[in-house]
Amino acid sequence: MEYDFSEDVDKVWPALLFMGAFVAAVGGLLFVLDILPRWGKGKERLQMFGFLGPALVLLGIGLVYPLVRTVTLSFYNNSRGSFVGIDNYSWIVTNDETLIMLRNTLFWVVCVPLLATAFGLIYAVLVDKARGEGIAKSLIFMPMAISLVGATIIWKFVYAYREADQEQIGLLNQILVWFGMEPQQFLTSSPSNTFYMIVMMIWIQAGFAMVILSAAIKAIPSEIIEAARLDGANPWQMFWKVTMPSIRPAVVVVTITITIATLKVFDIVRTSTNGNFKSSVLAFEMYNQAFRLSDDPSGEGRGAALAVVLFLLVVPIVAYQVRQLRQRAEMR
Amino acid sequence: MSNVSVDKATGATSPVAGRTSREPDTVAARVRRKLTSRVASVVAIIIAIVWTIPTFGLFVSSLRPEDEIKTTGWWKFFSNPSLTLDNYNEVVFGTSASSGRLASYFVNSLTITVPAVLFSVSLAAMAAYALSWLNFRGRDWIFIGVFTLQIVPLQMALIPLLQILGDYTDWAGGFFAVWFAHTCFGLPLGVFLLHNFMSELPAGLFEAARVDGAGPAMVFRRIVLPLITPALASLTIFQFLWIWNDLLVALVFTSGPETRPLTVRLAELAGTRGNDWQRLTSGAFVSMVIPIIVFLSLQRYFVRGLTAGGVKG
Repeated sequence: MEYDFSEDVDKVWPALLFMGAFVAAVGGLLFVLDILPRWGKGKERLQMFGFLGPALVLLGIGLVYPLVRTVTLSFYNNSRGSFVGIDNYSWIVTNDETLIMLRNTLFWVVCVPLLATAFGLIYAVLVDKARGEGIAKSLIFMPMAISLVGATIIWKFVYAYREADQEQIGLLNQILVWFGMEPQQFLTSSPSNTFYMIVMMIWIQAGFAMVILSAAIKAIPSEIIEAARLDGANPWQMFWKVTMPSIRPAVVVVTITITIATLKVFDIVRTSTNGNFKSSVLAFEMYNQAFRLSDDPSGEGRGAALAVVLFLLVVPIVAYQVRQLRQRAEMR
Repeated sequence: MSNVSVDKATGATSPVAGRTSREPDTVAARVRRKLTSRVASVVAIIIAIVWTIPTFGLFVSSLRPEDEIKTTGWWKFFSNPSLTLDNYNEVVFGTSASSGRLASYFVNSLTITVPAVLFSVSLAAMAAYALSWLNFRGRDWIFIGVFTLQIVPLQMALIPLLQILGDYTDWAGGFFAVWFAHTCFGLPLGVFLLHNFMSELPAGLFEAARVDGAGPAMVFRRIVLPLITPALASLTIFQFLWIWNDLLVALVFTSGPETRPLTVRLAELAGTRGNDWQRLTSGAFVSMVIPIIVFLSLQRYFVRGLTAGGVKG
């Protein structure tokens, strides 16, 4: 049977129409703003509404109101339901399954930032000024461009399992077999499955760390390196006494950024195990409670409470990062 | 291991310093440096290979016939090579219920991504302009507010926003809700990034335009937009890849095969047809085609967007 494109073409029309309407509206707005009184005290207020208004309205509807609403919702069992106090929060810290989920989240947040930053740093130092540096960096960085779903499928194939009497199709199990071991079902046994998923995230985030740290290494003033060399520093001293202190701020920023991304990890768990086999994490459980188990009368409230916990974990990390950035700006 | 290449790097930049350094440049020292730099290269190559093999294996598999994918490892391809495009043909254009029908989802992904990027980047540019070059009371507070919103995990917005947008699920062929959500979520980062660029523009430029009688809207169109094109490019690419690769927002704000993007379909195939490797391998590559093209051709801009927008999501 031939593939029929006519249906697909049909759904593009509303999009084109909307985009046309949007461009016309923005153009019209800019035109009106141009004939309104322009500069000067008070008059710019009118201009301000024109330029800033649309974004502020969207932020209000899309982020500010939902933020407040989610916080209140976390004290109710669902959006039409009754006030339950801190029940949703005490459910998080007393239920067996959610405790495992919190433990898994801790594994993720400890392992991914450390190892991804370490791999990124080692690689950035190794390929610095080497031949083919550009290509070498692109190879490591590419996982960053593809979707987490795609990345997970790549790794599920690495972990693919066949019974011991069959030929293995997954590389990792084949390696086990070559070494005379039994093939494993990597993603179904807890708690090790969490670590096999963590590998995927490290694989993705190391490229990010490498790119940022490589830029920081290249920004080290050559006079410092010269001076250290003239003083006879060996490579080991050079790394710890010159390179590391110079790029420390970048290392902090990278670690923090990866920590936040890891706290919000959702796609990998959803695509690998769908949260089964005791592999759930905070951001996945939030989605699970709020949208998948929405028949559960307490699902929405619990989902909201999990979102608030995620938020509360992110805030201090970001605050620390902002302080770091400001200190660095003051030092300049 | 990291020490060795520092040696190598500095050695490469300063042959003169090498001769005048206190450590005499003996034959032994030169041999040692050669050796260590070789160790560094070997380690780098090993890491590069380990990082590339998973993707490479999937790619090779996507080109093998179905029965071979399912019975032998992809490395057997090199002793017994046979290539086919059947998997791609089937997963993209196949019309049976179990095939991917990815062509249709590909169109969905484009229909979600392109408008959402247009909306969020345009509105962010206008807002950033007001926040950097128009004078009004409370400007700094509004900027701080928008900046702070960057740290809100979008999980915080999902439940209430779905309730608000629930009434508009039929709009624009079902795409309205997901456009709206992506546009809102993209704004804080966009405003922040573009504000940084715009506030660096020289004030004299604006004075001159004002004296010549240009209003704020004309300054925005004629002066600001052309000057911040690199920043707009970074933001556009970053947003494009972010929305194209997104799974969570799409799961919440789209429904049914008419609107769901590639990522959702792939996740579905991985869940229900986890052993149909002929579909998963080729399907994964179909979803990666656009990001990889964008990435390889516009890497520079992408990196800039990424460094500025690390906390998004």
